Amino acid sequence: MKRIFPVINAVIAISFGLIVLLGYFITSVPALTGFRALLLQWSVLLAGMAVLVGVGNLFSVHMQKITQKKPGALYSMVLLVFFLITFVIVLVVNYAPAVAGFPGLIDFQNILLNGIMVPVEVSLMALLTVTLLYSTVRLLRWRIDLKTILFLATALLVLISTGPLTAQLPLMSNLGGFIQILSTGGARGILIGVALGTLTTGLRILFGADRPYGGK
Amino acid sequence: MIPPDMIGIVSLGMVVFTAILMVIFALIQRRFPLSIRSIPAFNRIRRAVSLVVEDGTRLHVSLGHGNLQTQFGAAAFAGLSMLRRLGEITSLSDRPPIATSGNSVLNMVAQDTLRTAHEAVAVEQSFDVNNGRLTGLTPFSYAAGVMPIIRDESISTNVLIGNFGIEVGLLAEAAERQNAVVIAASDNLPAQAVLYAASPDPIIGEELFAAGAYVQAGRMHSASLLTQDVLRWLIIIAMLGGAILKVVGDLLK
Repeated sequence: MKRIFPVINAVIAISFGLIVLLGYFITSVPALTGFRALLLQWSVLLAGMAVLVGVGNLFSVHMQKITQKKPGALYSMVLLVFFLITFVIVLVVNYAPAVAGFPGLIDFQNILLNGIMVPVEVSLMALLTVTLLYSTVRLLRWRIDLKTILFLATALLVLISTGPLTAQLPLMSNLGGFIQILSTGGARGILIGVALGTLTTGLRILFGADRPYGGK
Repeated sequence: MIPPDMIGIVSLGMVVFTAILMVIFALIQRRFPLSIRSIPAFNRIRRAVSLVVEDGTRLHVSLGHGNLQTQFGAAAFAGLSMLRRLGEITSLSDRPPIATSGNSVLNMVAQDTLRTAHEAVAVEQSFDVNNGRLTGLTPFSYAAGVMPIIRDESISTNVLIGNFGIEVGLLAEAAERQNAVVIAASDNLPAQAVLYAASPDPIIGEELFAAGAYVQAGRMHSASLLTQDVLRWLIIIAMLGGAILKVVGDLLK
Protein backbone atom coordinates (compact mmCIF):
# COMPACT_ATOMS: atom_id res chain seq x y z
CA MET A 1 0.00 0.00 0.00
CA LYS A 2 2.93 2.31 0.76
CA ARG A 3 3.84 2.19 -2.92
CA ILE A 4 0.30 2.45 -4.29
CA PHE A 5 -0.83 5.54 -2.34
CA PRO A 6 1.83 7.92 -3.72
CA VAL A 7 0.96 6.80 -7.28
CA ILE A 8 -2.78 7.33 -6.70
CA ASN A 9 -2.03 10.74 -5.15
CA ALA A 10 0.07 11.70 -8.17
CA VAL A 11 -2.61 10.56 -10.66
CA ILE A 12 -5.34 12.51 -8.82
CA ALA A 13 -3.20 15.65 -8.44
CA ILE A 14 -1.98 15.67 -12.05
CA SER A 15 -5.38 14.95 -13.63
CA PHE A 16 -7.19 17.54 -11.48
CA GLY A 17 -4.39 20.02 -12.14
CA LEU A 18 -4.81 19.52 -15.88
CA ILE A 19 -8.59 19.95 -15.66
CA VAL A 20 -8.20 23.24 -13.74
CA LEU A 21 -5.58 24.46 -16.23
CA LEU A 22 -7.72 23.59 -19.27
CA GLY A 23 -10.83 25.06 -17.65
CA TYR A 24 -8.94 28.32 -17.09
CA PHE A 25 -7.90 28.70 -20.73
CA ILE A 26 -10.81 27.10 -22.60
CA THR A 27 -13.95 28.90 -21.51
CA SER A 28 -16.23 27.74 -24.35
CA VAL A 29 -16.77 24.25 -22.86
CA PRO A 30 -19.30 24.70 -20.02
CA ALA A 31 -18.70 21.22 -18.56
CA LEU A 32 -14.99 21.97 -18.20
CA THR A 33 -15.45 25.41 -16.63
CA GLY A 34 -18.20 24.08 -14.37
CA PHE A 35 -16.03 21.21 -13.13
CA ARG A 36 -13.12 23.60 -12.63
CA ALA A 37 -15.32 25.90 -10.54
CA LEU A 38 -16.48 22.91 -8.46
CA LEU A 39 -12.88 21.81 -7.83
CA LEU A 40 -11.91 25.34 -6.78
CA GLN A 41 -14.91 25.48 -4.40
CA TRP A 42 -13.75 22.23 -2.82
CA SER A 43 -10.24 23.60 -2.45
CA VAL A 44 -11.60 26.72 -0.72
CA LEU A 45 -13.57 24.53 1.71
CA LEU A 46 -10.52 22.38 2.41
CA ALA A 47 -8.40 25.50 2.93
CA GLY A 48 -10.96 26.66 5.52
CA MET A 49 -10.62 23.36 7.36
CA ALA A 50 -6.84 23.63 7.08
CA VAL A 51 -6.98 26.88 9.08
CA LEU A 52 -8.54 24.93 11.96
CA VAL A 53 -5.86 22.23 11.66
CA GLY A 54 -3.17 24.94 11.55
CA VAL A 55 -4.52 26.63 14.67
CA GLY A 56 -4.52 23.19 16.32
CA ASN A 57 -0.85 22.85 15.34
CA LEU A 58 -0.07 26.27 16.85
CA PHE A 59 -1.81 25.22 20.08
CA SER A 60 -0.02 21.87 20.17
CA VAL A 61 3.46 23.40 19.58
CA HIS A 62 3.04 25.89 22.41
CA MET A 63 1.50 23.29 24.72
CA GLN A 64 4.56 21.09 24.08
CA LYS A 65 6.81 24.03 24.91
CA ILE A 66 5.04 24.53 28.26
CA THR A 67 5.01 20.85 29.27
CA GLN A 68 8.69 20.37 28.32
CA LYS A 69 9.61 23.68 30.05
CA LYS A 70 11.51 24.86 26.99
CA PRO A 71 12.93 28.43 26.75
CA GLY A 72 10.11 30.91 26.27
CA ALA A 73 7.50 28.66 27.93
CA LEU A 74 6.10 31.66 29.78
CA TYR A 75 5.40 33.47 26.48
CA SER A 76 3.72 30.31 25.19
CA MET A 77 1.47 30.30 28.25
CA VAL A 78 0.49 33.95 27.67
CA LEU A 79 -0.19 33.13 24.01
CA LEU A 80 -2.42 30.18 24.87
CA VAL A 81 -4.38 32.12 27.51
CA PHE A 82 -5.09 34.97 25.09
CA PHE A 83 -5.74 32.48 22.30
CA LEU A 84 -8.49 30.81 24.37
CA ILE A 85 -9.97 34.12 25.56
CA THR A 86 -10.10 35.51 22.00
CA PHE A 87 -11.52 32.26 20.62
CA VAL A 88 -14.35 32.15 23.20
CA ILE A 89 -15.18 35.88 22.96
CA VAL A 90 -15.32 35.92 19.15
CA LEU A 91 -17.35 32.69 19.12
CA VAL A 92 -19.86 34.06 21.65
CA VAL A 93 -20.18 37.50 20.03
CA ASN A 94 -20.76 36.07 16.55
CA TYR A 95 -22.64 32.84 17.17
CA ALA A 96 -24.47 33.15 20.50
CA PRO A 97 -26.81 36.14 20.13
CA ALA A 98 -28.39 35.57 23.54
CA VAL A 99 -25.05 36.07 25.34
CA ALA A 100 -23.63 38.56 22.80
CA GLY A 101 -25.81 41.30 24.31
CA PHE A 102 -23.81 41.08 27.56
CA PRO A 103 -22.49 44.61 28.24
CA GLY A 104 -18.92 45.25 27.15
CA LEU A 105 -18.44 41.97 25.27
CA ILE A 106 -18.27 43.54 21.79
CA ASP A 107 -16.05 46.34 23.16
CA PHE A 108 -13.72 43.71 24.61
CA GLN A 109 -13.55 41.97 21.23
CA ASN A 110 -12.64 45.29 19.59
CA ILE A 111 -9.96 45.93 22.23
CA LEU A 112 -8.42 42.52 21.48
CA LEU A 113 -8.18 43.38 17.79
CA ASN A 114 -7.68 47.16 17.61
CA GLY A 115 -6.07 47.64 21.01
CA ILE A 116 -3.60 44.75 21.02
CA MET A 117 -3.12 43.03 17.66
CA VAL A 118 -2.98 46.06 15.38
CA PRO A 119 -0.65 48.16 17.62
CA VAL A 120 1.70 45.19 18.14
CA GLU A 121 1.97 44.63 14.38
CA VAL A 122 2.50 48.35 13.76
CA SER A 123 5.28 48.44 16.36
CA LEU A 124 6.94 45.48 14.61
CA MET A 125 6.82 47.56 11.43
CA ALA A 126 8.54 50.40 13.31
CA LEU A 127 11.15 47.95 14.57
CA LEU A 128 11.73 46.89 10.97
CA THR A 129 12.62 50.48 10.05
CA VAL A 130 15.40 50.53 12.65
CA THR A 131 16.51 47.02 11.61
CA LEU A 132 16.77 48.11 7.98
CA LEU A 133 18.83 51.15 8.89
CA TYR A 134 21.21 48.91 10.82
CA SER A 135 21.32 46.39 7.94
CA THR A 136 22.21 49.17 5.52
CA VAL A 137 25.18 50.19 7.64
CA ARG A 138 26.22 46.52 7.92
CA LEU A 139 25.93 46.12 4.15
CA LEU A 140 28.95 48.40 3.81
CA ARG A 141 30.90 45.97 5.98
CA TRP A 142 29.80 42.86 4.05
CA ARG A 143 30.48 43.95 0.52
CA ILE A 144 31.62 47.27 -0.84
CA ASP A 145 31.25 47.01 -4.60
CA LEU A 146 29.70 49.07 -7.35
CA LYS A 147 26.28 47.45 -6.91
CA THR A 148 26.20 48.22 -3.18
CA ILE A 149 27.23 51.84 -3.73
CA LEU A 150 24.57 52.23 -6.45
CA PHE A 151 21.96 50.61 -4.17
CA LEU A 152 22.73 52.93 -1.27
CA ALA A 153 23.03 56.04 -3.44
CA THR A 154 19.68 55.25 -5.11
CA ALA A 155 17.99 54.66 -1.74
CA LEU A 156 19.32 57.99 -0.50
CA LEU A 157 18.22 59.86 -3.64
CA VAL A 158 14.72 58.37 -3.49
CA LEU A 159 14.44 59.32 0.19
CA ILE A 160 15.50 62.92 -0.52
CA SER A 161 13.36 63.24 -3.65
CA THR A 162 10.21 62.08 -1.84
CA GLY A 163 10.87 64.15 1.29
CA PRO A 164 9.55 67.61 2.21
CA LEU A 165 12.55 69.37 0.62
CA THR A 166 11.36 68.46 -2.91
CA ALA A 167 9.73 71.88 -3.43
CA GLN A 168 13.04 73.65 -2.75
CA LEU A 169 15.09 71.20 -4.84
CA PRO A 170 13.40 70.73 -8.24
CA LEU A 171 16.51 68.95 -9.58
CA MET A 172 16.10 66.29 -6.90
CA SER A 173 12.48 65.80 -7.87
CA ASN A 174 13.47 65.31 -11.55
CA LEU A 175 16.23 62.91 -10.55
CA GLY A 176 13.73 60.98 -8.42
CA GLY A 177 11.41 60.74 -11.42
CA PHE A 178 14.24 59.41 -13.59
CA ILE A 179 15.11 56.78 -10.99
CA GLN A 180 11.43 55.79 -10.88
CA ILE A 181 11.53 55.09 -14.64
CA LEU A 182 14.68 52.97 -14.29
CA SER A 183 13.31 51.07 -11.30
CA THR A 184 9.98 50.40 -13.05
CA GLY A 185 11.86 48.87 -15.99
CA GLY A 186 14.01 46.77 -13.67
CA ALA A 187 10.99 45.68 -11.63
CA ARG A 188 9.17 44.57 -14.80
CA GLY A 189 12.23 42.54 -15.82
CA ILE A 190 12.32 40.81 -12.43
CA LEU A 191 8.56 40.19 -12.55
CA ILE A 192 8.86 38.60 -16.01
CA GLY A 193 11.56 36.30 -14.60
CA VAL A 194 9.37 35.45 -11.60
CA ALA A 195 6.41 34.73 -13.92
CA LEU A 196 8.54 32.33 -15.99
CA GLY A 197 9.72 30.65 -12.78
CA THR A 198 6.10 30.33 -11.64
CA LEU A 199 5.13 28.73 -14.97
CA THR A 200 7.92 26.13 -14.91
CA THR A 201 7.28 25.36 -11.21
CA GLY A 202 3.63 24.67 -12.01
CA LEU A 203 4.60 22.46 -14.95
CA ARG A 204 7.02 20.46 -12.79
CA ILE A 205 4.10 19.63 -10.50
CA LEU A 206 1.91 18.67 -13.48
CA PHE A 207 4.72 16.40 -14.72
CA GLY A 208 4.92 14.80 -11.27
CA ALA A 209 8.59 15.80 -10.94
CA ASP A 210 7.75 17.79 -7.78
CA ARG A 211 5.28 16.06 -5.50
CA PRO A 212 4.39 18.32 -2.60
CA TYR A 213 1.53 15.90 -1.82
CA GLY A 214 4.02 13.20 -0.76
CA GLY A 215 5.76 10.30 -2.48
CA LYS A 216 9.21 9.99 -4.01
CA MET B 1 -11.57 42.18 -31.59
CA ILE B 2 -9.94 38.86 -30.61
CA PRO B 3 -12.45 36.41 -29.01
CA PRO B 4 -11.55 35.56 -25.37
CA ASP B 5 -11.37 31.85 -26.15
CA MET B 6 -8.71 32.55 -28.81
CA ILE B 7 -6.56 34.36 -26.20
CA GLY B 8 -7.02 31.34 -23.93
CA ILE B 9 -6.01 28.88 -26.66
CA VAL B 10 -2.92 30.94 -27.57
CA SER B 11 -1.94 31.12 -23.87
CA LEU B 12 -2.49 27.37 -23.55
CA GLY B 13 -0.30 26.92 -26.62
CA MET B 14 2.48 28.84 -24.84
CA VAL B 15 2.12 26.61 -21.78
CA VAL B 16 2.30 23.49 -24.00
CA PHE B 17 5.36 24.94 -25.79
CA THR B 18 7.06 25.49 -22.41
CA ALA B 19 6.17 21.93 -21.36
CA ILE B 20 7.66 20.50 -24.59
CA LEU B 21 10.85 22.52 -24.09
CA MET B 22 11.16 21.19 -20.53
CA VAL B 23 10.77 17.57 -21.67
CA ILE B 24 13.32 18.04 -24.49
CA PHE B 25 15.88 19.60 -22.13
CA ALA B 26 15.30 16.88 -19.53
CA LEU B 27 15.96 14.22 -22.18
CA ILE B 28 19.03 16.02 -23.52
CA GLN B 29 20.49 16.17 -20.01
CA ARG B 30 20.59 12.40 -19.79
CA ARG B 31 23.51 12.51 -22.23
CA PHE B 32 24.85 16.04 -21.72
CA PRO B 33 24.64 17.14 -18.07
CA LEU B 34 23.97 20.84 -17.59
CA SER B 35 26.65 23.09 -16.15
CA ILE B 36 25.17 26.04 -14.25
CA ARG B 37 26.78 29.29 -13.17
CA SER B 38 27.78 29.59 -9.56
CA ILE B 39 25.38 31.43 -7.23
CA PRO B 40 27.17 32.18 -3.90
CA ALA B 41 24.02 31.72 -1.79
CA PHE B 42 23.40 28.19 -3.06
CA ASN B 43 27.07 27.26 -2.56
CA ARG B 44 26.68 28.45 1.03
CA ILE B 45 23.61 26.24 1.50
CA ARG B 46 25.65 23.12 0.67
CA ARG B 47 28.39 24.04 3.13
CA ALA B 48 25.94 25.08 5.85
CA VAL B 49 23.86 21.91 5.55
CA SER B 50 26.97 19.74 5.93
CA LEU B 51 27.76 21.73 9.06
CA VAL B 52 24.26 21.07 10.46
CA VAL B 53 24.80 17.29 10.21
CA GLU B 54 28.35 17.44 11.60
CA ASP B 55 27.82 19.65 14.64
CA GLY B 56 24.36 18.36 15.60
CA THR B 57 22.58 21.68 15.22
CA ARG B 58 19.31 22.25 13.43
CA LEU B 59 18.21 23.42 9.98
CA HIS B 60 15.30 25.84 9.77
CA VAL B 61 13.39 26.26 6.52
CA SER B 62 10.85 29.06 6.42
CA LEU B 63 8.35 28.97 3.57
CA GLY B 64 6.68 32.36 3.94
CA HIS B 65 2.94 32.90 3.81
CA GLY B 66 2.17 32.27 0.13
CA ASN B 67 -1.26 30.81 -0.45
CA LEU B 68 -0.91 27.67 -2.58
CA GLN B 69 -4.20 28.51 -4.31
CA THR B 70 -2.80 31.73 -5.77
CA GLN B 71 0.21 32.65 -7.94
CA PHE B 72 2.20 33.32 -4.74
CA GLY B 73 2.15 29.57 -4.14
CA ALA B 74 4.88 29.04 -6.78
CA ALA B 75 7.54 30.54 -4.51
CA ALA B 76 6.30 28.31 -1.71
CA PHE B 77 6.56 25.28 -4.02
CA ALA B 78 10.19 26.26 -4.76
CA GLY B 79 10.76 26.36 -1.00
CA LEU B 80 9.06 22.98 -0.59
CA SER B 81 11.41 21.31 -3.12
CA MET B 82 14.31 22.80 -1.19
CA LEU B 83 12.79 21.55 2.10
CA ARG B 84 12.39 18.06 0.64
CA ARG B 85 16.00 17.86 -0.53
CA LEU B 86 17.57 19.49 2.54
CA GLY B 87 15.20 17.55 4.82
CA GLU B 88 16.56 14.27 3.47
CA ILE B 89 20.14 15.33 4.16
CA THR B 90 19.58 16.79 7.61
CA SER B 91 17.14 14.18 8.94
CA LEU B 92 20.31 12.26 9.82
CA SER B 93 21.28 15.05 12.23
CA ASP B 94 20.67 14.69 16.00
CA ARG B 95 18.12 17.45 15.73
CA PRO B 96 15.62 17.10 12.87
CA PRO B 97 14.87 20.13 10.64
CA ILE B 98 12.08 22.59 11.41
CA ALA B 99 9.78 24.11 8.78
CA THR B 100 7.76 27.23 9.54
CA SER B 101 5.04 28.86 7.48
CA GLY B 102 2.38 31.54 7.71
CA ASN B 103 -0.36 29.74 5.82
CA SER B 104 -2.32 26.77 7.11
CA VAL B 105 -2.47 24.82 3.81
CA LEU B 106 1.24 25.42 3.25
CA ASN B 107 1.91 24.23 6.79
CA MET B 108 0.11 20.94 6.16
CA VAL B 109 2.08 20.39 2.93
CA ALA B 110 5.34 21.29 4.74
CA GLN B 111 4.59 18.73 7.46
CA ASP B 112 3.95 16.10 4.80
CA THR B 113 7.17 17.03 2.96
CA LEU B 114 9.15 16.72 6.20
CA ARG B 115 7.55 13.33 6.85
CA THR B 116 8.38 12.11 3.32
CA ALA B 117 11.99 13.32 3.67
CA HIS B 118 12.21 11.63 7.09
CA GLU B 119 10.85 8.32 5.76
CA ALA B 120 13.12 8.46 2.70
CA VAL B 121 16.23 8.19 4.86
CA ALA B 122 14.45 5.73 7.22
CA VAL B 123 15.91 7.17 10.42
CA GLU B 124 15.09 5.24 13.56
CA GLN B 125 13.70 8.11 15.62
CA SER B 126 9.98 8.74 15.19
CA PHE B 127 8.75 11.71 13.16
CA ASP B 128 7.41 14.68 15.15
CA VAL B 129 4.64 16.42 13.23
CA ASN B 130 5.27 19.57 15.30
CA ASN B 131 8.50 20.13 13.37
CA GLY B 132 6.22 21.70 10.74
CA ARG B 133 4.85 24.81 12.45
CA LEU B 134 2.27 27.43 11.64
CA THR B 135 3.54 30.50 13.47
CA GLY B 136 0.97 33.13 12.54
CA LEU B 137 -1.62 33.97 9.94
CA THR B 138 -0.67 37.59 9.22
CA PRO B 139 2.79 38.59 7.89
CA PHE B 140 4.02 40.23 11.08
CA SER B 141 2.50 37.70 13.48
CA TYR B 142 4.19 35.03 11.36
CA ALA B 143 7.53 36.83 11.69
CA ALA B 144 6.97 37.31 15.43
CA GLY B 145 6.35 33.56 15.76
CA VAL B 146 9.45 32.58 13.76
CA MET B 147 11.92 34.85 15.61
CA PRO B 148 11.88 32.85 18.92
CA ILE B 149 12.37 29.62 16.95
CA ILE B 150 15.51 31.08 15.31
CA ARG B 151 16.74 32.09 18.79
CA ASP B 152 15.83 29.12 20.98
CA GLU B 153 16.06 25.95 18.87
CA SER B 154 19.85 25.58 18.31
CA ILE B 155 19.51 26.57 14.67
CA SER B 156 22.71 27.07 12.72
CA THR B 157 21.26 27.44 9.20
CA ASN B 158 18.16 29.35 8.15
CA VAL B 159 16.80 28.93 4.64
CA LEU B 160 14.02 31.45 4.02
CA ILE B 161 12.51 30.66 0.62
CA GLY B 162 8.95 31.52 -0.34
CA ASN B 163 6.55 34.43 -0.49
CA PHE B 164 7.64 36.95 2.14
CA GLY B 165 6.97 40.65 2.46
CA ILE B 166 9.27 43.22 4.08
CA GLU B 167 8.90 41.40 7.42
CA VAL B 168 11.60 39.02 6.15
CA GLY B 169 14.08 41.72 7.27
CA LEU B 170 13.20 40.91 10.89
CA LEU B 171 13.85 37.20 10.31
CA ALA B 172 17.20 37.83 8.60
CA GLU B 173 18.22 40.14 11.43
CA ALA B 174 17.16 37.61 14.11
CA ALA B 175 19.30 34.95 12.40
CA GLU B 176 22.27 37.31 12.12
CA ARG B 177 22.07 38.01 15.85
CA GLN B 178 22.53 34.27 16.50
CA ASN B 179 25.49 34.16 14.08
CA ALA B 180 23.52 31.63 12.06
CA VAL B 181 23.77 31.25 8.29
CA VAL B 182 20.92 32.95 6.42
CA ILE B 183 19.97 32.19 2.83
CA ALA B 184 16.86 34.11 1.86
CA ALA B 185 14.79 34.61 -1.28
CA SER B 186 11.35 35.96 -2.00
CA ASP B 187 9.27 36.55 -5.11
CA ASN B 188 8.11 39.86 -3.67
CA LEU B 189 9.98 42.95 -4.98
CA PRO B 190 10.10 45.04 -1.75
CA ALA B 191 11.24 41.92 0.13
CA GLN B 192 14.05 41.42 -2.39
CA ALA B 193 15.21 44.99 -1.79
CA VAL B 194 15.13 44.40 1.97
CA LEU B 195 17.06 41.14 1.59
CA TYR B 196 19.67 42.84 -0.58
CA ALA B 197 20.54 44.93 2.48
CA ALA B 198 19.84 42.35 5.18
CA SER B 199 21.46 39.17 3.90
CA PRO B 200 25.10 38.58 2.93
CA ASP B 201 24.31 36.63 -0.27
CA PRO B 202 21.04 37.93 -1.71
CA ILE B 203 19.05 35.83 -4.19
CA ILE B 204 17.46 38.20 -6.69
CA GLY B 205 14.50 37.69 -9.02
CA GLU B 206 13.94 34.31 -10.61
CA GLU B 207 17.08 32.84 -8.98
CA LEU B 208 14.63 31.74 -6.31
CA PHE B 209 13.14 29.21 -8.74
CA ALA B 210 16.61 27.85 -9.57
CA ALA B 211 17.05 26.55 -6.02
CA GLY B 212 16.05 22.98 -6.92
CA ALA B 213 18.63 22.75 -9.71
CA TYR B 214 21.40 23.85 -7.34
CA VAL B 215 20.60 21.28 -4.65
CA GLN B 216 20.37 18.48 -7.26
CA ALA B 217 16.65 17.96 -6.79
CA GLY B 218 16.40 16.27 -10.20
CA ARG B 219 16.82 16.63 -13.97
CA MET B 220 13.49 18.38 -14.34
CA HIS B 221 14.72 21.27 -12.17
CA SER B 222 17.74 21.84 -14.41
CA ALA B 223 15.50 21.49 -17.48
CA SER B 224 13.12 24.13 -16.15
CA LEU B 225 16.10 26.43 -15.56
CA LEU B 226 17.17 26.07 -19.20
CA THR B 227 13.58 26.56 -20.36
CA GLN B 228 13.34 29.80 -18.38
CA ASP B 229 16.53 31.04 -20.07
CA VAL B 230 15.22 30.20 -23.55
CA LEU B 231 11.84 31.84 -22.85
CA ARG B 232 13.54 34.92 -21.44
CA TRP B 233 15.56 35.34 -24.65
CA LEU B 234 12.41 34.88 -26.72
CA ILE B 235 10.67 37.58 -24.69
CA ILE B 236 13.67 39.92 -25.08
CA ILE B 237 13.67 39.35 -28.87
CA ALA B 238 9.88 39.92 -29.01
CA MET B 239 10.17 43.16 -26.99
CA LEU B 240 13.06 44.51 -29.06
CA GLY B 241 11.32 43.44 -32.29
CA GLY B 242 8.12 45.17 -31.16
CA ALA B 243 10.00 48.36 -30.32
CA ILE B 244 11.83 48.37 -33.68
CA LEU B 245 8.59 47.73 -35.62
CA LYS B 246 6.89 50.58 -33.72
CA VAL B 247 9.74 53.01 -34.55
CA VAL B 248 9.80 51.91 -38.22
CA GLY B 249 5.99 52.20 -38.38
CA ASP B 250 6.11 55.75 -36.96
CA LEU B 251 8.88 56.74 -39.40
CA LEU B 252 6.93 55.43 -42.39
CA LYS B 253 3.73 57.32 -41.46
